[in-house]
Amino acid sequence: MSEARTLPQCLRANAERIGTRPAIREKNLGIWQPYSWRQYWQEVRDFALGLAANGFKHGDRLSVIGDNRPRLYFAQLAAQSLGGIAVPVYQDAIASELAFVLDHAETSVIVAEDQEQVDKILSLREQLPELKLVVYDDPRGMNHYSQDFLKSFPAMQEEGRAFGAQHPDYVEKAVAAGKSDELALFSYTSGTTSRPKGVMLTHANLLLSAEAFAAAEKFKPTEEHLAYLPMAWIGSSLISLALHILVGFTCNFPEKPETVGRDLRELGPTIGLAPPRFWENSLTEITVRASDASWVKRKIFEYFRGVAERAQQYAGDGRPVPIALRLARAAGEVLIYGPVRDQLGWRRARLVYTGGAPLGAEVFRFFRAFGINLKQVYGATELSGLCSVQKDAEVDPDTVGHVLPGMQAQIGEEGEVLVRSPGVFRGYYKQDDATAEAMTADGWLRTGDAGFIDQRGQLVIIDRARDVGKLSDGSSFAPQFIENKLKFSPYIGEAVVFGAAQPFVSAIVAIDPTTVGKWAERNRIAYTSFQDLCSRPEVHGMVGDEIRRCNAALPAATRIRRFVVLNKEFDADDDEITRTRKIRRRFVAEKYAALIDAMYGGAPEVELSAEITYEDGRKTILQSRLAVADIDAPAERLKAAAASRAETAAAE
Amino acid sequence: MAADDVQLAVTGVSKRFGGVRAVEDVSITVRRGEIASVIGPNGAGKTSLLNMISGFYKPDTGSIVFDGHDITRAKPSEIAARGIARTFQNIALFAGMTVLDNIMLGRHVRMKSGILSSIVYWGLAQREEIAHRARVEELIDFLALQDLRRQPTASLAYGLRKRVELARALALDPKVLLLDEPMGGMNTEEKEDMARYILDVNEQWGTTVILIEHDMAVVMDISDRVTVLDRGRKIAEGTPGEVQTNPDVMRAYLGGAPEAQGEAA
Repeated sequence: MSEARTLPQCLRANAERIGTRPAIREKNLGIWQPYSWRQYWQEVRDFALGLAANGFKHGDRLSVIGDNRPRLYFAQLAAQSLGGIAVPVYQDAIASELAFVLDHAETSVIVAEDQEQVDKILSLREQLPELKLVVYDDPRGMNHYSQDFLKSFPAMQEEGRAFGAQHPDYVEKAVAAGKSDELALFSYTSGTTSRPKGVMLTHANLLLSAEAFAAAEKFKPTEEHLAYLPMAWIGSSLISLALHILVGFTCNFPEKPETVGRDLRELGPTIGLAPPRFWENSLTEITVRASDASWVKRKIFEYFRGVAERAQQYAGDGRPVPIALRLARAAGEVLIYGPVRDQLGWRRARLVYTGGAPLGAEVFRFFRAFGINLKQVYGATELSGLCSVQKDAEVDPDTVGHVLPGMQAQIGEEGEVLVRSPGVFRGYYKQDDATAEAMTADGWLRTGDAGFIDQRGQLVIIDRARDVGKLSDGSSFAPQFIENKLKFSPYIGEAVVFGAAQPFVSAIVAIDPTTVGKWAERNRIAYTSFQDLCSRPEVHGMVGDEIRRCNAALPAATRIRRFVVLNKEFDADDDEITRTRKIRRRFVAEKYAALIDAMYGGAPEVELSAEITYEDGRKTILQSRLAVADIDAPAERLKAAAASRAETAAAE
Repeated sequence: MAADDVQLAVTGVSKRFGGVRAVEDVSITVRRGEIASVIGPNGAGKTSLLNMISGFYKPDTGSIVFDGHDITRAKPSEIAARGIARTFQNIALFAGMTVLDNIMLGRHVRMKSGILSSIVYWGLAQREEIAHRARVEELIDFLALQDLRRQPTASLAYGLRKRVELARALALDPKVLLLDEPMGGMNTEEKEDMARYILDVNEQWGTTVILIEHDMAVVMDISDRVTVLDRGRKIAEGTPGEVQTNPDVMRAYLGGAPEAQGEAA
């Protein structure tokens, strides 16, 4: 695409080649305010000069923390312009997590979005010996801070311009001297098993992966993209940083996280990437809104949803869609599908991806049936985010598509997917043992995922290799596959299934407070708190029905036989899920060992004491009694359990 | 912060409703740029005092001087135009209107174009509308209401409605902001947010704030000066520290021992 070999070199080339085109748009004060490529480069250069004036050198690390804001991107590119390394961190991480990453990466400069983030960093200052400078974007409420290592973003640029006057072409020379095999980014993996690991990626890793992606999907410079996913997620860095600069399309920034829905709709992006959680939530919202609509509208919606899903089934099986169904679908396009796409903001979307974890087939089919070209991509942080994507003509929910040009995949011993690509990382920062474990002797990355390559040459991912379990009778089951089926229910927020070396499969279910709350309202079930709602026998009955529906689509041996409705949501602050919302299975199994024992021990209820962490890091112990429900059990047993619980409560 | 020039001088005002002496001979001076709080038990006359400053009530005796102008008998609209804005204890928003429209309404006294030119929406009317909207957007940003622009205020949570009301008062570009229990009925987190906003307003635009509030912790935290009313009379004033240690105040708050009244009188 260009001879430029580092991200800042690409940026500079864009500033010269397409300097007046909009590179970035930020919604501010209610208006989408554009920055041209030339302005983009100037902002980056001035901040880079400011960094240089403050002693930032080649190889130094700069962290950004906050929501997607243009200045945080300027800062990352400014650091990279000087040969430094960008280390984006999760803005909602609690203090101890943050301290670990910032200290481990030995970050010397932190660029924070606002006062809230600055306060968090100041509270960790003692633990961060390498930290020299904190820069803030939003000056709101910052008047009373007098620390001399604290500077505003414009003040840094001001210092930079003064420095630039004395050192002409300082940044330009530094950028020109950049090499593609230098490190550009540390992306800390969310770590489903342990402490986060710093994945070291070079400019070549990111740019070549983005180039392969662009070659496969033919992105145009006219694409519109809305950057709303955490900056620390590799998918974000790949699309909003590497692909954006490589292809030269416009990257847009929402007003604030709460306005993303409206901003999506206003903007109508042509491309998008989101993890499964986003699509699951989106589907839940549609279902809730449809069920809140008037009777007529609801019936129309349900009818056309059925039409779309049946038509999709025909297409998926490669059979021609019958003419009557086609006509119905055409009517549905006008009445339902188009308007729904418009509401979601995907009306102009050409290419939309789900990645980061497998998406349940039912959710996937729903969006495709409604005319959104949703496709699965597969990748890993260690692969600069991406190694396979589905082709437009070959989309089906079970595969993750073809390996991108220039990349290879093969299946190793024990069915593990191995990948070789220009995106393969340079190792985990300061963790050589872990790096050695992640690679084979001949340079393939062990993805840790179990999978196979089907007869069409498409990659199929089954589950995390170590999670695929065998029941005591030897039949194997893939927990994530079952969980995704469960999560298709709008009432089930999260689910974790167990069964390794056990006689049957069981599940811990966390209900979705919004939808179940509405369901309770509709069914006139009174409840006081979320915990109370979770303990209602009616809710257990309803969840049981949802599980039976899911069971119908599962092989008999791997059907869920017992379950517990947890009285809290899984929370990243409690280490139960990662910041990208992947279940930390081992941890959950340990934490809720009592529940699992009860499910396999046949107990009708179980005493649970679980530690929960507040957003500010404080902890408390939640004591409660949970009912264990049987799927095939007569309802009386549930009632009996509820009655005994009521007695206990009365006794207290 | 508080420069020593008096912006608002309330001198010896009284207000009776039939036989009830709501406010009796109360004097307060508020300096430019300060946060002055008025506290007191229920029925102490706080809201009546605020109503007199904003022109809803006319005092029976005494005078109110704002920036050198006697506004004792001025109409509420005139007082608003001079730069005194207020919020209400029991939220007075247009429930069916959106957040944006409610705040735009606050700009009304600053608009000059007439009905006809507004209908034609050309020239001045258009320029004005755009300029006013720009100001309103600043306030929306300031109070973090971006996601609620198009929401009818009736659908908002209580704490958010209070915030919208503050935005509407600020839309007047007031020199003095009267806040009548802005934190009433809020949880701790909402209170903290509101306190933060009040401090930010005061800091960013130098707006003088007169605050009526029940939550003593908040008042003591953010006020420069505090005036204490009890049964229509001023029983103490001073810095938060001085007021907190004043025995009359402690008595008034701990159930009003009879001698407290005697001393105050």
